[in-house]
Amino acid sequence: MLRAIRCSAAGFHRRTLSYHGATSNYGKFRPPMRTLVTKRYTTDHELVVFDDATNIGVVSITDYAQSSLGDVVFVELPSPGTEVSQGDQIGAVESVKAASDIYAPVSGKIEEVNETLDGQPGLINKSPEDAAWLCKIKLSDPQEMDKLLGEEAYKQHCES
Amino acid sequence: MLTARCLARQTSLRPILRDARVRTRLTSVIIACAGGQIKHARAFSSTSRALEELRKTPLYDFHIQHGAKMVPFAGYEMPLSYGNVGQVASHNHVRSSAGLFDVSHMVQTIITGPSSTALLTHLTPSSLSSLAPFTSTLSVLLNEKGGIIDDMVITKHTEEKYYIVTNAGRRERDLAWIRERVGEWNGEEGKGRGREVRVEVLDGWGLVALQGPESSTHLQTLTPFPLKQLTFGKSAYVPLAGFNVHVARGGYTGEDGFEISIPPSQTTALTTLLARAPVQLTGLGARDSLRLEAGMCLYGHDLDEETGVVEAGLTWVVGKDRREKWDFIGADFVREHLENGAPRRRVGLIVEGAPAREGAKIFAPSNDEQIGKITSGIPSPTLGKNIAMGYVQTRGGWHKKGTEVEVEVRGRRRRAVVSPMPFVKTGYWRG
Repeated sequence: MLRAIRCSAAGFHRRTLSYHGATSNYGKFRPPMRTLVTKRYTTDHELVVFDDATNIGVVSITDYAQSSLGDVVFVELPSPGTEVSQGDQIGAVESVKAASDIYAPVSGKIEEVNETLDGQPGLINKSPEDAAWLCKIKLSDPQEMDKLLGEEAYKQHCES
Repeated sequence: MLTARCLARQTSLRPILRDARVRTRLTSVIIACAGGQIKHARAFSSTSRALEELRKTPLYDFHIQHGAKMVPFAGYEMPLSYGNVGQVASHNHVRSSAGLFDVSHMVQTIITGPSSTALLTHLTPSSLSSLAPFTSTLSVLLNEKGGIIDDMVITKHTEEKYYIVTNAGRRERDLAWIRERVGEWNGEEGKGRGREVRVEVLDGWGLVALQGPESSTHLQTLTPFPLKQLTFGKSAYVPLAGFNVHVARGGYTGEDGFEISIPPSQTTALTTLLARAPVQLTGLGARDSLRLEAGMCLYGHDLDEETGVVEAGLTWVVGKDRREKWDFIGADFVREHLENGAPRRRVGLIVEGAPAREGAKIFAPSNDEQIGKITSGIPSPTLGKNIAMGYVQTRGGWHKKGTEVEVEVRGRRRRAVVSPMPFVKTGYWRG
């Protein structure tokens, strides 16, 4: 039968609390510094994991997107240091049959790109939402995150 | 945001491809490219053309049973890939072993009647009177201006019987054109009158292509017919599991292989035999990358009605003896190009960096002068290089092999070199 494309958003929590400096060397309790890691999706199957402590968003394509594209054989990433606005084209992910442009899901400055993908574009098929992250963007307007989709909304989007 | 341009294609993807030049959101392209659920595919297709009634080949159920991802293609539901086999693995299997393709969506037509050779000699630039029986040739239907209506394979059985295979995506245009011309022909004294030609479309018949270096070994296990005798471009009626089926040696991958035409009632049974290991079922995705490596044209992309045979690098389909009388439809245009040169030519390109896709502009190096555009392009699974074909202007000699040009991909110029085709060495059996 037809294999339904799974809209996978498994393996993460939309909001994760992480604690830094929970204990000191002297065993004295200090109040935890709470940071918020937020995961948001675009309707075009991109994912941003935003950490408000660093103000950095890690951009990747979703598992749904990679399974639809098939074997990824080429990835073009932006240059670090580039200032991008939400919606700017910043690169592409390509399979043999298709070229998929990547547009910046949020505005900011490209801090880092995943250079592993140059030599191993196929990593996107193996670990799209984790090891095969595309780039890190220092957000200039973190509120843009609020306009992106949450996990449930993204799932619904995939199923619609 | 992620946006995609779908480049999955075959003979009949024209409407989708045309839309695909416009940037399309991955949301919908996913379906058309990678084969999601058909309801989505329909929804997508209906934005470009009403494809409410997708046709099914006689192998539809067979595909579903074998885990095919089905996609709309030339008005048919066709397999894009099977199970979890990716396009690259599938492609490589055909190059190293053998693959089986359902190409039943293509239009198989039998032309019979005393004036069949004369009619097809009028309709095409091929030298059919000198073609040996049970031999095939690539040919074209030309319009009155010399533009290519379709490319096709003509197989001669006798002077009075021909078997032709044309593109699914051109079904309506081709059949209307042929029937109209045959109508005129049959009514004309000195042509078809009294020696009428009949056109029979083999609707519902199966057509499968067994392709790859292991094809003949596998096919030979199913028939006593000595396949060694059947060299590239030849055909025969071959006994296969108790049925005589038409087998033509050739295909659309550059590999040794066979195209096997099967009557409706036997299609699934024979296909099941043909698909036994080591043969793998192969879908449209790999078909496209294989044909492009072989330097073969895809109608609607590399060829269209605004393009003539000389521009398309298909001058060789014009028979030598046809260049004296110039008495086929569209001959004046072909002659003009042959005598004075065509303004542009189809060329192969190897592109550095990013793959160039259909529609990418070709420029003179370090110059804003556009000299052509890409009509097909992929990262070649076999070569690990980006290959493409496209048209470049001949003024300035841009079509010459080894010429350096630039191709624009995502707003950036990439270096490219005009390269000979096929990109991958062919493996035809020539005896």
